[in-house]
Amino acid sequence: MPTSDIVLHEEDFHLIRDLIQKLRNDANARVICLVDRNGQQIACVGEAEALDMTSLASLAAGNVAATDSLARLIGEKDFSSLYHEGEKDNLHLSMIGEKIILVVIFDERSSLGLVRLRVKKHAGELSAALERMQQKSMKAKSGKMSASPFTDITDEDIDSLFGN
Amino acid sequence: MTFINYAAREINCKIVYYGPGLGGKTTNLKWIYGKSNPTSRGKLISLATETDRTLFFDFLPLDLGTIRGFKTRFHLYTVPGQVFYDASRKLILKGVDGVVFVADSQAARMEANLESLKNLRSNLRDQGYELGKIPYVLQLNKRDTASAVPVEEMKRQLVMRDEPVFEAVAQSGAGVFDTLKSIARMVLGELRKTA
Repeated sequence: MPTSDIVLHEEDFHLIRDLIQKLRNDANARVICLVDRNGQQIACVGEAEALDMTSLASLAAGNVAATDSLARLIGEKDFSSLYHEGEKDNLHLSMIGEKIILVVIFDERSSLGLVRLRVKKHAGELSAALERMQQKSMKAKSGKMSASPFTDITDEDIDSLFGN
Repeated sequence: MTFINYAAREINCKIVYYGPGLGGKTTNLKWIYGKSNPTSRGKLISLATETDRTLFFDFLPLDLGTIRGFKTRFHLYTVPGQVFYDASRKLILKGVDGVVFVADSQAARMEANLESLKNLRSNLRDQGYELGKIPYVLQLNKRDTASAVPVEEMKRQLVMRDEPVFEAVAQSGAGVFDTLKSIARMVLGELRKTA
């Protein structure tokens, strides 16, 4: 497999959640979400109950992938951030490191300028935490961490999912 | 690229339905959506043109149940089948855990099947995958059409390795869940190997 699996441990999850919560407070945002480039949601804070976050994660990743390709077509490496403006709510997407997308949803309580400023301020800390998470994932994969619960999945376990 | 979330106790896997245009990839997803328990499925997102041709992708998140205390979530994607959407197809293959190739059984579409299969192999290679190594299932769709090529002939032309082959009529659901179960089994089996 060309890309390593992502493993998110509980302590990292709480740390990452705390960091994006801090960013949410600073930026006055409605929702902040971290999504990996393949469309998997990693963590989310804010008024997310009313939103379909699984679809949002998948579409955000598709959006970033498509605009990256557009960037390369015009000779850019990528577009470091994307902004979609709505009547009430707006969406700001930016890359944290190479693999993670930071999604910020905000309304009139905030502004694009404030969001960009706060994202920039918090990006370093978030990037470091995500880097640690990725390193742990790689270590776990190379067997240096405690055994994964999936090494001993049986065929019966898998069959039980399908009710036979 | 499987995503194991210990905090939410979830495993997330990505399955991509690939194949020539109008072969029934979206129809597979629509059937799965229609027949799944509303509590275990998410929204079916279709990024399609006005004439219902897939423009970027279709997406359906599906919970299959719990395994060793972890919820297994499958993210099902289709690619746009039309030849000129190749850039989009490449993007959707990123981080894929398993591929279903939906072949069109109609005689007139045999060449399109072969071209799409070649395209899959090359796009997978671009992403660093080998068609011979990743979980892969072949579905022979539209078996009910008058001009359907005999199964043995289709297998002779399209089978790439020892992949499971399923006959299907996605319109009426025949073979759709057998295909899904087979690829899900292979992907979870892979998790055991790589875990």
